[in-house]
Amino acid sequence: MRVRTFFYCLRQGLKNICRNIWFSLASVATISACIFLFCLFFSIIANVQHIVKNVEQTVGVTVLFDEDLTEEQILALGEEIGRRSEIREMTYVSAEEAWDSFRDEYFAGREELAEGFAEDNPLAGSASYEIYLNDISEQETFVEFLESLPGVRQVNYSNTAATGLISFNRVVSLLSVVIIGVLLAVSVFLINNTISVAAAFRRQESQIMRLIGATNFMIRAPFLVEGVVIGLIGALIPLAAMYFLYTEAVEYVVERFRILSDSFYFMPITEIYPQMVVVAFILGVGIGFFGSFFTIRKYLRV
Amino acid sequence: MIEIRKLNKTYENGRAGSRALQDINMEIDDGEFVFIMGRSGAGKSTLLRLLLKETEPTSGRIIVNDMNLQKMPRRYVPKYRRKLGVVFQDFRLLPDRTVFENVAFAQRVIGVSSRHIRESVPEMLKLVGLSARYKSLPGQLSGGEQQRVAIARALINRPEVLLADEPTGNLDHGNAAEIMKLLGQINQLGTTVVVITHSQEIVDQLGGRVITLDKGRLISDERKDGVDMRR
Repeated sequence: MRVRTFFYCLRQGLKNICRNIWFSLASVATISACIFLFCLFFSIIANVQHIVKNVEQTVGVTVLFDEDLTEEQILALGEEIGRRSEIREMTYVSAEEAWDSFRDEYFAGREELAEGFAEDNPLAGSASYEIYLNDISEQETFVEFLESLPGVRQVNYSNTAATGLISFNRVVSLLSVVIIGVLLAVSVFLINNTISVAAAFRRQESQIMRLIGATNFMIRAPFLVEGVVIGLIGALIPLAAMYFLYTEAVEYVVERFRILSDSFYFMPITEIYPQMVVVAFILGVGIGFFGSFFTIRKYLRV
Repeated sequence: MIEIRKLNKTYENGRAGSRALQDINMEIDDGEFVFIMGRSGAGKSTLLRLLLKETEPTSGRIIVNDMNLQKMPRRYVPKYRRKLGVVFQDFRLLPDRTVFENVAFAQRVIGVSSRHIRESVPEMLKLVGLSARYKSLPGQLSGGEQQRVAIARALINRPEVLLADEPTGNLDHGNAAEIMKLLGQINQLGTTVVVITHSQEIVDQLGGRVITLDKGRLISDERKDGVDMRR
């Protein structure tokens, strides 16, 4: 393709947008609305997953060992456990540390009650490892592995918390796929309509082009440019809106619902935005390009 | 040269089984001026569509400048059409573009440079006598002027053949005569001109070779001097 041809198609596409300015604006508005909804769900889902991930990280596994094991043996076992790739964080709590922490928690302000135990550690034999996993869905197999180790007396974990979080995560992922799918379908339908009307509107022009000897590419390319530009602007507007609205919305929620902000940490826009920009532009340009491509193939058979 | 041999065209769909053209044979030499005459439904427009390769014949062959249209790959069709100029009864101008832009359009869509367009379009407008109206929109022109713009557009890429489908159909007597005179001048400059018409008056005015179609059949092919051209 010659550079001149490329620029001609580009110019024609832009001119066509201006020629049907109201129709183009309506298409931009509808695509913007779809991409805005997408961005909205994107940020909700990103935050939900972020919160779930945070909660997941507080769900740990505690491994207790047989009482007759020496500290060296426990540490050796700990080393073996520590080699597993699914572990994010692992802390050794010796029997003394366990007692100290128990005493500080339960006898706070009434230390004299604990004095009865003096040098005797009632939690002797309670040395343990507190383990946090990268992915909570791996907890079940990891627990099975721990229980199979000789010297492991007990493994404490919350199965309900793990399965609850896993299924919640699944529901959120499924829901996001469904919502994004619906939004995509709506957007493709809209751009399809826009280009169909534009093609019908310029049917005579296309016919003349065909008879003059314009190639299929020359006839179709301006429509593709039109679709892509509409898609691009359609992505740009909601992205700009989201940039300001998101921060405002998070501030509002944090201020208005203190309970939420105490329990959850919302992602800042800077963390969420780069991904959102990429996906929104791919969506906008993709919808514009493929929407027009297939419509034009159908309407302008040469 | 245009050579048509044993050409048949039957519309299977829509007009179920209707035979638009039957056993058509003709030859048109380079630089000729030919009228194709006939009443509505005679097959004139079908012949034009076949020459433009907008539709395929049921049987037979069409050869234009040594190119067999039936064997022409689809990707070559745009290049082939650039060798033809077409003018329609309803002008088919773009109403939102000026006279200059309507003519330039034919060059822009095939990738001609703007510099070349700036030189060639005024030349062509001068040839058709519309130099002064280059800024006008089609709606501001008379029917005759609009047809001149359409002729300028058809000729701008220097086609070897100019096909005119009822070019005077929408014009009054005076304008029709002017357009036919212009087509005659274009022919004098070396372009083969094929005019499709149902008007005997136009044919009588300009003369030349007349091919007459009736109900899809070629019934006569005569020069003005009465020589039968059927081969």
